[in-house]
Amino acid sequence: MFHDLFFSKTKGRVPKPCPIALSTRVRLARNLSTFPFPGRAQSGQKKAVLSKCLDALEKVKPLQSSTSVELDELSELDRQILVEKHLISLELSQSDESGGLVLSNDRACSVMVNEEDHLRIQVLGNGLDFKKVWKLADSLDSGIESSVDYAFDKELGFLTACPTNLGTGMRASVMMHLPGLVMSKNMDKVINAVNHLGIAVRGLFGEGSDASGSIFQISNQQTLGESETAILERLETTLENIVHQERMAREKLMEDDGVRLIDKISRAVGSLKTCFLIQSSEAMDHLSLIRLAADFGYLPEKFRALADRMFIEVQPGHVQLSAGQPIEPGERDRLRAETLRAEFLRVPQLNLDAQVD
Amino acid sequence: MKCHHCDSQATVHLTQIINGQMHKMDLCEACAQEKGVTNPDNLSIGNLLDDNQPKIDASTASMTCESCGTTHQEFKKGGRLGCEACYHVFRPVLEPLLDGMHAGIKHLGKVPSRSVKKKSAEENEGILQKELKKAVEEENYEKAAELRDRLKKLQARSSTTA
Repeated sequence: MFHDLFFSKTKGRVPKPCPIALSTRVRLARNLSTFPFPGRAQSGQKKAVLSKCLDALEKVKPLQSSTSVELDELSELDRQILVEKHLISLELSQSDESGGLVLSNDRACSVMVNEEDHLRIQVLGNGLDFKKVWKLADSLDSGIESSVDYAFDKELGFLTACPTNLGTGMRASVMMHLPGLVMSKNMDKVINAVNHLGIAVRGLFGEGSDASGSIFQISNQQTLGESETAILERLETTLENIVHQERMAREKLMEDDGVRLIDKISRAVGSLKTCFLIQSSEAMDHLSLIRLAADFGYLPEKFRALADRMFIEVQPGHVQLSAGQPIEPGERDRLRAETLRAEFLRVPQLNLDAQVD
Repeated sequence: MKCHHCDSQATVHLTQIINGQMHKMDLCEACAQEKGVTNPDNLSIGNLLDDNQPKIDASTASMTCESCGTTHQEFKKGGRLGCEACYHVFRPVLEPLLDGMHAGIKHLGKVPSRSVKKKSAEENEGILQKELKKAVEEENYEKAAELRDRLKKLQARSSTTA
């Protein structure tokens, strides 16, 4: 069954949770030469692209132990879960035909077929680590290119359906947990400042999503006119700066009104332990404070990992997955609360003597 | 300096910032009056430039990519192109857009090795063919034979890698 392939607990790595910068992702947009882009392709052309791409992907080393699936075979709930796990985009989840996904068994590499572009190559890594993630994405891309012809122009680079991806076709992003900047009301300033540098800030689920849980996806906006390394270097400098700002904001919050912050954290623990009905956005805000408490050393490290896991598991699709069937929002809130209560039942007292990280 | 609208001497020099971009325009007294420059509240360089807009639109409105059928209207509305050929067809309208969208308008990143090898093979073939033609014209048959052999080899190689 599909779920066993993707969600068995034994398979897949358990990421080591990092403070502030949660994960790094590099995505490359590529199209095959001679075929129209997916938005313009006829059904037969899309099918041909899918089979050509799947053939090419089979031969690529990091994907030799992988699972491939055609989107048509999946239920709506399965698709929603893949979106919540950041393995496919919302756009692909809504694709009507010949959409495909190839996922490496360690879940670090995934390739979407027939999304906005023929190929969307994606590599995910822990913490802030562009070097490693780009290296893998680059080799995956070269591997694929050894058996297909890409649409490429010497002047304009890799040709993509949307001119905003032109050139390198590369979107690099880091998921960041920034409660300090949110609580000190500095996030708008940060967003404004980085926008001027050609860097975009979005919510946890990308375009159009809100920033529940103080989690932001920060990525390069420009893809043409600079090399991949130059883009990554610039982005990394900015992100390091944001990490610094976040640390300063946390220190200042603690200095100015530490009791208020501790009160917030403590109440979040209380809510997660005792709730009977909870919506995902409220749950995420509490989980954000659990994560912050772990960063401060008030809670053991393992609670940072628990918070990260629960960020995904409180999402509507995952709650329904645990129920084994689609359920109404009201019932979801009850089930979500039940899961959270069970997970946070044994949270210890906050260790307020801990040193700030 | 001449007026933007007629050939008279420009005496009104207008600078306006629209969406962070500076636009400058020089007008003569009469045109400035006519366009309402004396009343800054109603003034926008956008409106002044509008006179020229229909001409540009007329030449681009009929643009259609023959390869996939994408029209200029569709591109304007959806922001997406339909195929590789669209990038040639819509190049004139695309280039100014790219300038504002990206850090530059020339690709400086990764180059796919296979497609480039293929391209340079094609280019080499072109050069050899020219040289061959020249050698034949000069009746240098020894050189022509050598060039012909090299060309054959190159063609054989590219047909096996394609």
